[in-house]
Amino acid sequence: MSAIAQPVRIPRLDATGRVAFRRVLLSEFTKLRSVRSTKWSLVVGFLLTIAFPVIFAFVTRSHWHSMSPGDRRGRHPLDIALAGVNVAQLAIAVLGVLLVSAEYSTGSIRSTFTAVPKRLPVLWAKILDYAVVSLVLTVPAVLMSFFASQAILHNIGRLQISFTQAGVARSVVGGAVYVMLVGIFALAIGAIVRNTAGGIATFAAIFFVLPPLMNILPTSWNNAITQYLPSEAGRQLFSLHHAAHSLTPLAGGLLFVAYCAAAVAIAAVLLVRRDV
Amino acid sequence: MIEAQGLTKDYGSKRAVDGLTFTVRPGIVTGFLGPNGSGKSTTMRLILGLDAPTRGDVTVNGRHYRDHTAPLHEVGALLEARSVHTGRSAYNHLLALAQTHGIPKRRVTELIDLVGLHEVARKRTGQFSLGMGQRLGIAASLLGDPKTVMLDEPVNGLDPEGIHWVRNLLKGLAAEGRTVFVSSHLMSEMALTADHLIVIGRGKLIADTSVDDFVARASQKVVLVRSPELERLRKALVGPGVSFADAERGALEVHGLTTEQVGDAAADARIALHELTPHQASLEEAFMNLTRDELEFATETEEAAA
Repeated sequence: MSAIAQPVRIPRLDATGRVAFRRVLLSEFTKLRSVRSTKWSLVVGFLLTIAFPVIFAFVTRSHWHSMSPGDRRGRHPLDIALAGVNVAQLAIAVLGVLLVSAEYSTGSIRSTFTAVPKRLPVLWAKILDYAVVSLVLTVPAVLMSFFASQAILHNIGRLQISFTQAGVARSVVGGAVYVMLVGIFALAIGAIVRNTAGGIATFAAIFFVLPPLMNILPTSWNNAITQYLPSEAGRQLFSLHHAAHSLTPLAGGLLFVAYCAAAVAIAAVLLVRRDV
Repeated sequence: MIEAQGLTKDYGSKRAVDGLTFTVRPGIVTGFLGPNGSGKSTTMRLILGLDAPTRGDVTVNGRHYRDHTAPLHEVGALLEARSVHTGRSAYNHLLALAQTHGIPKRRVTELIDLVGLHEVARKRTGQFSLGMGQRLGIAASLLGDPKTVMLDEPVNGLDPEGIHWVRNLLKGLAAEGRTVFVSSHLMSEMALTADHLIVIGRGKLIADTSVDDFVARASQKVVLVRSPELERLRKALVGPGVSFADAERGALEVHGLTTEQVGDAAADARIALHELTPHQASLEEAFMNLTRDELEFATETEEAAA
């Protein structure tokens, strides 16, 4: 071994660029696609969105002849077509939380913010990348589940519904928009809580614990308040019929967007202020 | 160039960094020395803007880190704590960093080859050994060909060959005119690599000096003396500020006197000396001497508080 130290030479970089939003967007997309948990959450979300309506449709078809008139009335073709959305939202919410919280648990957030010290572009890029990927997957998924469930139910006239009927297309695509917004809401929670378990628990509390808790309130209060909860407001995006004590699809959708915007705004303020 | 002015950071009631003022200059390797928990990593996080200072200010190449439009070209940093997603491959980790600045893919592969991670570049970093993680961190720090390189404990977990490589890397970077700031709790490592030292203890600046001066200052007035009449010599040397430590048989370590003073005192008392050597402290001893007060102070106050 040579005792004389040879200085290590670092190859020079001929061109230098600066941080730009489109570059952060590309970087965050690389991160999104290069971790297994993200890929699996997306695949599971996609499969659940399709699998549940298909199973639901098969079960309905095979039991239709033995179902009571009341049970038959209780079945609605859109409920069947969008049965997967309620389940898929959990997989998507877990992904949304993980997109930020995993950066904190692994420490990679330090690398991220060293490369982009202004920090906010990272949050916007994460949201935009995730939103596009989510729509690219869920819009086809809800369309497939609509037409698949309709095909399975083809010999049950009462459960046939046309895609062009008023509100149907809006409800089906609304299911995909709802899932996307749920992911953004969860991503913001992940950025606020900065911890995977805590983030998922917070999400579950808001979406799955809060609504049934409202039932302990007097009915008039419950009716007045529940419709404004995030989960109830968001649900109107994919509800065909406007039920009593619920917002219209437009009002519910806008309120849910406002909830998401508020969560993202809190996340943004904390992201800039807090130590990493 | 890194310039800190009265840099202070409190975490709750605990003061991690206490009024640090120093300048890290380009063209030399500056060692950042201190015991574990003395505030080195916190200082580095403050430099990178990851944590906000409670008081004071720090700039890199003339600006706050956050205000640089292309930070990876200004500062390359290796942080002590892991800062890589364990589920992502080394290649994708570096690629995602590179993409924020439009750095081409071939630069990523170039650096992976340079640090010797070619074989494992596509493996998830969660399976990496400590040494491999350090190599990846070093590759990340060099990605943007930065003017300033800041490495927190870079030789941790490296094998001797890797340590040798890092040493040469740091010297090479400094020779190219870059600012090189390296933290360590290993004095011996700094003795071989650094030209200048910034020493801290309990968040406070203890020394900001060249390595040679640092050792010389700590070595002052320690003399090794050998004589057949050690007991008489000891009596002849007694005075204020003078203390003794037993060295090997027939020898005595005298603290607080120069070789001239010991020699003259021996001559006056007509004591034969067989050896009279100024003691050259190692950087390690120099460091221990300088930080001892801080540590003793720490122990005392903690006992007082208990």
